[in-house]
Amino acid sequence: MTFANAVAVVLVVGVTMYALFGGADFGAGFWSLLAGGRDRGRRPRALIDWAIGPVWEANHVWLIFVLVVLWTGFPAAFEAIFSTLFIPLSLAAFGVVLRGAGFAFQHTARRARGRALATTVFGASSVLTPFFLGTVVGAVAGGRVPVGNAAGDAVTSWLNLLSFVTGALFVATGAYLASVFLVSDARRAATPDLERYFSDRALVAAVVTGALAAAGLVVLHRDARSVFDGLKSDGLPLVLLSLICGVAVLLLLRRGARRGTRLLAAGAVVAVIWGWAVAQHPDVLPPSLTVSDAAASSETLKTLLIVFGVAVLVVLPAIGLLFTLVQRNLVEETSQPSRQPPEDTVAQHASGP
Amino acid sequence: MTLTLASNLGAARSQMAFTLGFHIILASLGVALPAMMLIANYLGLRRGDAEALRLARRWSKAVAVTFAVGAVTGTVLSFEFGLLWPAFTGRFGQVFGVLFAIEGLFFFLEAIFIAIYIFGWGYLSPWAHFWSGVPVVISGLGGAFSVVAVNSWMNQPQGFSPANGKVTSVEPLKVIFNPAVPYEVPHMILAAYLVTGFLVASIYAVGMLRGRRDRVHRLGLLIPLTVACIATPIQFVVGDTAARAIAKDQPVKFAAMECVQQTSTHVTEYIYGRCTSHGVKGGIGIPGFDSFLVGFSTSTQVTGLDSVSPDDRPPANTMLHWAFDTMVGICTVLIALGAWFGFVWWRRRDIPQTKWFLRAVAVSGVSAIVALECGWIITEVGRQPWIVYNVMRTSDAVTQANGVWVTFSLVLAIYIVLGATLIITLRAMSRRWRSEDVENEDVPYGPDTEPPPTAMTGASR
Repeated sequence: MTFANAVAVVLVVGVTMYALFGGADFGAGFWSLLAGGRDRGRRPRALIDWAIGPVWEANHVWLIFVLVVLWTGFPAAFEAIFSTLFIPLSLAAFGVVLRGAGFAFQHTARRARGRALATTVFGASSVLTPFFLGTVVGAVAGGRVPVGNAAGDAVTSWLNLLSFVTGALFVATGAYLASVFLVSDARRAATPDLERYFSDRALVAAVVTGALAAAGLVVLHRDARSVFDGLKSDGLPLVLLSLICGVAVLLLLRRGARRGTRLLAAGAVVAVIWGWAVAQHPDVLPPSLTVSDAAASSETLKTLLIVFGVAVLVVLPAIGLLFTLVQRNLVEETSQPSRQPPEDTVAQHASGP
Repeated sequence: MTLTLASNLGAARSQMAFTLGFHIILASLGVALPAMMLIANYLGLRRGDAEALRLARRWSKAVAVTFAVGAVTGTVLSFEFGLLWPAFTGRFGQVFGVLFAIEGLFFFLEAIFIAIYIFGWGYLSPWAHFWSGVPVVISGLGGAFSVVAVNSWMNQPQGFSPANGKVTSVEPLKVIFNPAVPYEVPHMILAAYLVTGFLVASIYAVGMLRGRRDRVHRLGLLIPLTVACIATPIQFVVGDTAARAIAKDQPVKFAAMECVQQTSTHVTEYIYGRCTSHGVKGGIGIPGFDSFLVGFSTSTQVTGLDSVSPDDRPPANTMLHWAFDTMVGICTVLIALGAWFGFVWWRRRDIPQTKWFLRAVAVSGVSAIVALECGWIITEVGRQPWIVYNVMRTSDAVTQANGVWVTFSLVLAIYIVLGATLIITLRAMSRRWRSEDVENEDVPYGPDTEPPPTAMTGASR
């Protein structure tokens, strides 16, 4: 494998991590937005906050990771994407700001109205950000991003059917992942009603996501033939794998199974992303810019791979430590949920060191 | 077309300046506040001081909130590398990008260990918990090194070839350890500690002026003020070295900072004054002193703006000159404040009792931020018209996309709301700490004080 291809793999790994963890966070925001008014939406939102609260920022570091690997490894592609797609990427950046601020302040805002506003901002930007990021991917796959500084059309490059379907697919995928994850979180919290609540939504989200993926294939066929052909040939095993995982999740959810849904849902998403990557290869910007054309000098690529290797060695154990602590905390808190009134939990925290 | 581009450049530079100027305050807090927090934590454990531990706990929450907002404003900056300067990143992304990859690594670690530290209050043994905070401080320093090294590289580019056109070969070590790193990186890290120290101390000074003279306030003032007062004189020396290095490495930037029109010896140092093409109008002149500062002798030759064509000179020389003098002036006054504090502490083991001392500390935080922003104005505006010094012009780097004025307006509006909300939130947190002595309100990384919704209590709560 060439250095350029290796860095491309690292890039897709970053995209995958962001899609899974960041996507689930976006999806959680989506369900927070749809949860209804203050009283009706209180319990689902409490579960969402409880589930994503502690580790939310680490998840969105993957976005920065993807940007840095893209501009370091494939600077020409980065230049083309960020200049032609100035509008959707600016909107996505605003979405990131508003989302982060909304989430931070919904926990700390003093008045109930401030908290409610922060929650709405958090929810709305959780929908808009992945949508606009999706339109960007749609524009790239559709071959509408030529090399150069703003060489493509500023509007039609991302305001088209393929981009729209991809954007919607991104939102739906996040919502799907989040709902499946939240079913498990609800079970850990021993709240059968919320388990049902998110299980119902997971079923709907699964069907909608599947339908959008199918629609995406149709549009790809019409609009981005090379990617479609790639999916039909090299990417086909991954497409089928995604389909199998998706159907399995549906069946498990309907049967109320306790295990496997999270892994299979994640598998369905991962398979689609890698299927798309395989299908688009060797192009980084179809139809003309290949991975090797866009690649940085070999010294840069080598250094990037070394840094990535160090990151794996250093960051993964750290993440493991964090998740272990979080899980232990959750276990302690939820071991006897019905017998433990909330006041005790607060007191337990307040006792401090 | 030319008109669009000219205005694009102005808008892009304004947006970059504003978002960077905003982010640098949060980044400084992200680098140095964890250190203050750990010092308080250490003192608390060593001396069995519950009040110090209380401070550490409070500051860890402030760290979480500022880090969360700083992460967001930092994400915006990484978008802006493409949204505003696509041709710069397209050409040199492969050169400086490695530093950002390293920075990303440190940033990841910082985020994770902040979360562990905040979680650890309830779940780790006291000393294990303390040590879980140490990686936060180290990764903060590492991150600061990486990011500032990129800016140093823009000032002293090297380690790539060819000099013109598409880069085909990169020497990462030469990029990372470029000639401006030895003075720019320490200068910024010290600035972070200095700004954070004075800022935190100033908050407690205000509290003491309002009559809250308890031990928490005393410690809350003492710890950061001590750190800042140690950092300030070192900063003065480092800054002085940096200025001399710039006189050599980027003589035109130095000439603009000091309004030196013609290359000559025995150059007068002006304090403030208005820069014109015929020299400085107004201001206090000290004959020969500028030459002396550059080379320790009044006969040292100082390069003037006339050494390059007008197209290659930085704009807004008066602003640059004022920014430089203001930065140096504030640093000098802060050293005096530190000397006052140090003297009284040496004689009486106590904070100076006069209200004037607390008033001086109360304004030191904002002053330090002003000095920080002045420093960034000098390094960024002083490098113009180049984005990569003597290699690429800023006007060649800017996006050709339309609409930067629109995004700049939106950024301005959103950031003002964001900044106001952040300050209101931090103030509300401190009010609650005072009034209720409650230590467990929610923060973005904190263990949720609200338990998960349970089937029993959910509907009624």
